[in-house]
Amino acid sequence: MKGKTSNRVKKAFFKHKLGVVGLIVLAILYLMILFADFISPYNYTTTNRDFVYSKPSEIHWVHEGEFKGPFVYGTKKERDPVTFAVKYVTDTSKIYPIKLFVQGDKYSFWGLWETDIHLFGIGPQKDAALFVFGSDRFGRDIFSRTLNGGRVSMTAGLIGTLISVVIGAIIGAFSGFFGGWADILIQRLIEILRSFPRIPLWLALAMLLPPTWPSTAIYMGIVIVLSFIGWMGVARVVRGMVLSLREKEYVLAARVIGQSNFKIVTKHLIPNTITYLVVVSTLSIPGMILGESAISFLGLGIKEPMTSWGLLLKQAQSLSDIQAHPWLMIPGLFIMIAVLSFNFLGDALRDALDPYRTVDKI
Amino acid sequence: MSIINVNNLKTHFRTDEGIVKAVDDVSFELRDKEILAIVGESGCGKSVTVQTVMGLLRCPPAIIEGSIVYQGKELVGMKPNEYQKIRGKEIGMIFQEPMSAFDPLYTVGQQASEAVSVHFNLDTHSIRERVIKMFEKVGIPEAEKRFDEYPHQMSGGMLQRMMIALTLACEPNVLIADEPTTALDVTIQAQVLNLMRDLQKETGTSIIFITHDLGVVAEIADRIHVMYAGKIVEKASVIDLFDTAKHPYTQGLLDSRLKRNLKGQELPYIKGNVPRAFEFPQGCRFNPRCPYAKEICMREMPPDFEIAKNHTVACWLYDGADSK
Repeated sequence: MKGKTSNRVKKAFFKHKLGVVGLIVLAILYLMILFADFISPYNYTTTNRDFVYSKPSEIHWVHEGEFKGPFVYGTKKERDPVTFAVKYVTDTSKIYPIKLFVQGDKYSFWGLWETDIHLFGIGPQKDAALFVFGSDRFGRDIFSRTLNGGRVSMTAGLIGTLISVVIGAIIGAFSGFFGGWADILIQRLIEILRSFPRIPLWLALAMLLPPTWPSTAIYMGIVIVLSFIGWMGVARVVRGMVLSLREKEYVLAARVIGQSNFKIVTKHLIPNTITYLVVVSTLSIPGMILGESAISFLGLGIKEPMTSWGLLLKQAQSLSDIQAHPWLMIPGLFIMIAVLSFNFLGDALRDALDPYRTVDKI
Repeated sequence: MSIINVNNLKTHFRTDEGIVKAVDDVSFELRDKEILAIVGESGCGKSVTVQTVMGLLRCPPAIIEGSIVYQGKELVGMKPNEYQKIRGKEIGMIFQEPMSAFDPLYTVGQQASEAVSVHFNLDTHSIRERVIKMFEKVGIPEAEKRFDEYPHQMSGGMLQRMMIALTLACEPNVLIADEPTTALDVTIQAQVLNLMRDLQKETGTSIIFITHDLGVVAEIADRIHVMYAGKIVEKASVIDLFDTAKHPYTQGLLDSRLKRNLKGQELPYIKGNVPRAFEFPQGCRFNPRCPYAKEICMREMPPDFEIAKNHTVACWLYDGADSK
C-alpha cells in the first residue's frame, strides 16, 4: 500500500492551494537562479558609469503609431541646471529593440564553457541600457544582481537547513535513545546555546570568518554559522520523538534479533521521524534565508562583488536612498516571496503528511 | 540435558516508591527440546523473567542478581556486545502484539532479512531465499509476493507467523514466546499453536512459553511453572498439574477456568488481588488470599517441597510430615 499512501499524500497536498502556489513559485525561483547568468541581460559585475542609479527601463511596444515589438528608447545624460544633479532624459529618436538570445557580456556557463548568449537584452549599447529593475550606484543591473544574489540566498537556506537537520536528527536521536548523562549533557548544552540571543550570536560567529577568505569560503562559512544554531531546535524535537519511539515494540524486536544500538537508531528511529524532518526542513529554510540576509545586511556576510539578497538590500539602508531610488528595494520583494512560498509549502506538506487529517479538509 | 539454567535469579527495580521485587529468587531449568510454560496472572513477573534472560533490561534501574547459564555461558553481567551475538542467534523471542513488533516503514521481507543479516554474512539474494523458505514453512500463502508487502497489509495471525519465521530463520536453540497468542482470535490462536508445536518437533528448538491462558498451556507445553508475585510456586508436568494441582494458587487458577456447567452462576475467581510489588506480605506471598493459610504462612517463606518426581510445590501445606 506504499503507492496508496503516497497517492493520499499527493492528493492532500494538491488540495492545499497555497502550498501548490508555493511549490510553483519556488520551482520558478530555483530555475531562475540555476540559469541566472543566461537569463540576466548583463553580468552581475558589469558596471556602467553612464547609467548610475537609473530607474527601471520603460519597455515600449509602439513607436510613433507604429508597432515595433518590445523596445527601449535611448537615454541622454543631462545635468539639472539648478541643482547640477544627474538626470536621464529619454531620447525618443533612437529605439533599441529587445531581442531574444542576444550577444552580450561573456560568462562561463556553470563553469563548463564560455558563452556570451543571453536570453534577452539589447546587446551592449553606448547610449541605452535595459535595466528591468533599475541600476545601482555603480550602474550595475539590479535584475541581474538579484538573480545572482538568489544563488547565495536560496542555496544558503537549503544547505544550511540540510546540515542542521542532519546534525539535529542524529544528535537528538542518540540523546533520546541512550538517555542518562549523555542526554542531560546534550540537553543542557542546547539550552545554554539557545539562551544566547540569536542575531548577536550569528554576528559573533560571522566575525570569526577571516575577511581575507575568498567569497566562496565565506559563503560556506555563513552557511555553517547559520546551521550552527538551526540544529538545536531539530535535536530537541527529535529527542522527544525518539523517547516515545524507543518504547515501541519494534525497537524491542530489533534488540531481540541482536541488532546493534547504532543500527536501531539509524535504521528504525530516525526514519520514523522523517515526516517531521521533512516539514521542519521546509519551515526552517525561510529562517535561514532571513538569517543570511540579516548577516549580509549588517555587513558581516557575503562581500562585494559577490552578492546576496541581504547585501543588495544593504544599499537601501537610508531613507534618502529609498526616497530617491525606490527600486533598490526590489530584492527585498524576492526575499518575501521566497520566504512566503517556503512557508506555504511547509504548511501544505505538514497537512499532507499527517495521516489523521482527512483529505476533505481545506 | 538442560540448555538454560536459572539459579536464584533476582530482578529488582529501584523506584521512587521503593524496591520492586519483580522476580525474587527464581530457579528453573529449560531442558533440551522441551516446551516449558510459565503461567501466572498479570504482573506476577513472568515477562520480566524472560526479559532478564534476554538481557533486555537497563541496569540501572534494574538490579539483577543470581545466575543464568546458557550452554555453559554465564549471561548475568555479560558485556552488551557479547549479549548482542546471543540475542536472535542463540535465543530468539516473539511478542504478544505482532502488529506493533514490526516497523511500519519497512516491508516484512526487509525486516526478516535484517534479522538474518545481523547474524549471517550472506548476500541479499540468499537471505531473500532463506526468508521466503521460512515464510513458506510457517504457511504464508504466496510468500514470494508477501515478502515485499508492508506490515499493515497483513492480518495479526499472518504477522505472528512471520514473526515466528523471522525468529526461526536464525535457527536459535531457544525460543522465548511472550504470550504469542494473546492478541489473536481463537481460530488463529489454534493455528499458531499448532505451527509452533510442529516447528518445535521439526527443529528441536526449546521453547519457553509465557501465558496466562491455561487452555493454551494444556495444548502445547511439556512442563509448567506457575508464578505468583515474583516467585515460582509450583513446578510440574502438564499432566500432573492438571490432575493433581497442589498449590492453593494453582488450584484457584484451575477453578477459575470457564466451564459450561457454570451458566447463570457467578464465575469463580481467586479472592483478592495480586499484592503490589513493593509491599509483599511477610511469609508466603499468597497468604492473604489463601483459604488454607496457617500461622507459619504469615511468618516464613515456604521452600520448595518435592512431592513427586518432577513436581515441587512451595507451600507449607506440604511440609515434610504433613505431605500426603
